[in-house]
Amino acid sequence: MNKELPPGLALQKVDERIMTLNVGPQHPGSGHMRIIVQIDGDFIVACDPDPGYVHRGEEKMAEYRNYITNIPHLERPVIHDSCNVLYPYVLGVEELLGIEVPERAKYIRVIASELNRCVYTMYWLAIYGIFLGHSTMFMWPAGDRELLIDLLEKMTGARVTHAHFVPGGVRNDLPPNFEDVCLRQVNYFEKRIKEYAAVFYDNPILIARTANTGVLSREDAIRLGTTGSVLRASGVDYDLRKKEPYDVYDELDFQTNVLKEGDSYARSKIPWLDMMESCRIIRHALQKMPKSGSVRVKLKPNPKGKGLDSVYKRVESGRGSLGCYIVSDGKPEPYRVKLSVGSFRNLIALPYLLKGEKLGNMPSVYWSLNYWPVEADR
Amino acid sequence: MSSDSDNEQIETVSDAEPVSAKVTPEKEIELPKFEKGLADRIVEKFGTRIKVAFVKPDRVRINVGKDDVKEVAGFLRDVLNFDHAESVSGVDYPQDKEIEVVYHLGSYTDPSLSRQILVLATRAQREENPIPGNDATKLPSLREIFYSVEFHEREIFEMFGVYFQGHPDNRRLLLPEDWADLPPLRKDFAIKGR
Repeated sequence: MNKELPPGLALQKVDERIMTLNVGPQHPGSGHMRIIVQIDGDFIVACDPDPGYVHRGEEKMAEYRNYITNIPHLERPVIHDSCNVLYPYVLGVEELLGIEVPERAKYIRVIASELNRCVYTMYWLAIYGIFLGHSTMFMWPAGDRELLIDLLEKMTGARVTHAHFVPGGVRNDLPPNFEDVCLRQVNYFEKRIKEYAAVFYDNPILIARTANTGVLSREDAIRLGTTGSVLRASGVDYDLRKKEPYDVYDELDFQTNVLKEGDSYARSKIPWLDMMESCRIIRHALQKMPKSGSVRVKLKPNPKGKGLDSVYKRVESGRGSLGCYIVSDGKPEPYRVKLSVGSFRNLIALPYLLKGEKLGNMPSVYWSLNYWPVEADR
Repeated sequence: MSSDSDNEQIETVSDAEPVSAKVTPEKEIELPKFEKGLADRIVEKFGTRIKVAFVKPDRVRINVGKDDVKEVAGFLRDVLNFDHAESVSGVDYPQDKEIEVVYHLGSYTDPSLSRQILVLATRAQREENPIPGNDATKLPSLREIFYSVEFHEREIFEMFGVYFQGHPDNRRLLLPEDWADLPPLRKDFAIKGR
């Protein structure tokens, strides 16, 4: 319309009432992505998520490195949840190479991945708090998260990017006295997160802002192929730790959390409830873990797959099912690695949830999807 | 449920000590019963139009020609109760002059399938000099059948140049708008310096 404007900024012809708004990619309410919304007054009529601003080509890089040197970079999509991101890859490589994992290593993996799930969820919760303008809910999880980061640092040597899981077990055995420290910290952590109910989850302001917003029905949750907390908040009982237990999850005592409402409130509550189950899993695993024994099968240098083969492994990460499809052609490098991540799968629900919603609810609905932009972009 | 009992069977076989004599019966038992049943139902329906690539515990893979993929996918959804796609991957095979698209299908609604992943693979013709969207690298989209493939197929279009016919929204998803190079996950796109 206005020819003086540079081409990128040319005003688009729009309906008189409808305005197109770019939220992000540099916006605190969007993360590293852009959400294009069309609004009519205060109501969203259409939404088009535009991810890709943090695409790093992890899958391409994986084709250039061998099975072992892929470990540190494949966990980069979600460094807060690095054990869970690596888990399906490691399980897949073990199946391709035919490696049997020692019992103690399986328990250490489960403990590490549950600790990581809590660390991730606390980070997510902190940001959810700040999205809703609830500063206490930013400070508390960010501080309590440190407890578990300290534990993971003792266990793996690194605060966030652990690279701890390797095909054949874990990199290092537990440090001396770890069990006692872990039990004490996890018990305290559980006590702390229970206090969040009073300040956040039972807070009438939070409930008023999130209940009945962005409702995803059970049918739509299944049809759109959502996963993790989004799926379970819509009344579908599907947790891979129960449905397709890997390592020693079938020997541990826990339950899955399912809510029927399918709104933002339910979606934000499921990860919190899951953290309490994680504490149960960790305690039970510490109790059942063999007290000594090997934690890693020593591999030959540069392990190879046997000819053309493929494997698809999946685990329940902090954001839902995380699958890894590995194609091997008998070389030391994988022929193709595909990560199918929960964030990417849940993103498809965003346009459905935002349609008809108020613009002010956009951040809370968006972040309740448990979406991690870096993971979705890979 | 049935897959659990299969696992037990496998375990009892491996516990039984005399390994030396019988090789063939062991191989038969290695094919898990439930998964074999799934594969047989698909073969019964489509005969030679599909090829069962493998039957492993919890995983069945079938290869389909691109003309039949929609019909097979419809059968998987309506008769076998697979209701969503977990993952859609492209794999480039330059030596075969083909690009493979692999759908990993799962089921939330049928409890007997909750462990299962059905791998549905089909192949598109590969162009030496691709013009994404305007060359022969095309496949029918499964978006009408499995709604959940929408973003996955968009990703494969930009990463491999496979155009999905019938997809309502074949735009780029992750790559920048001004990307003018080869689709980056093709094997002939090399990381610089490697």
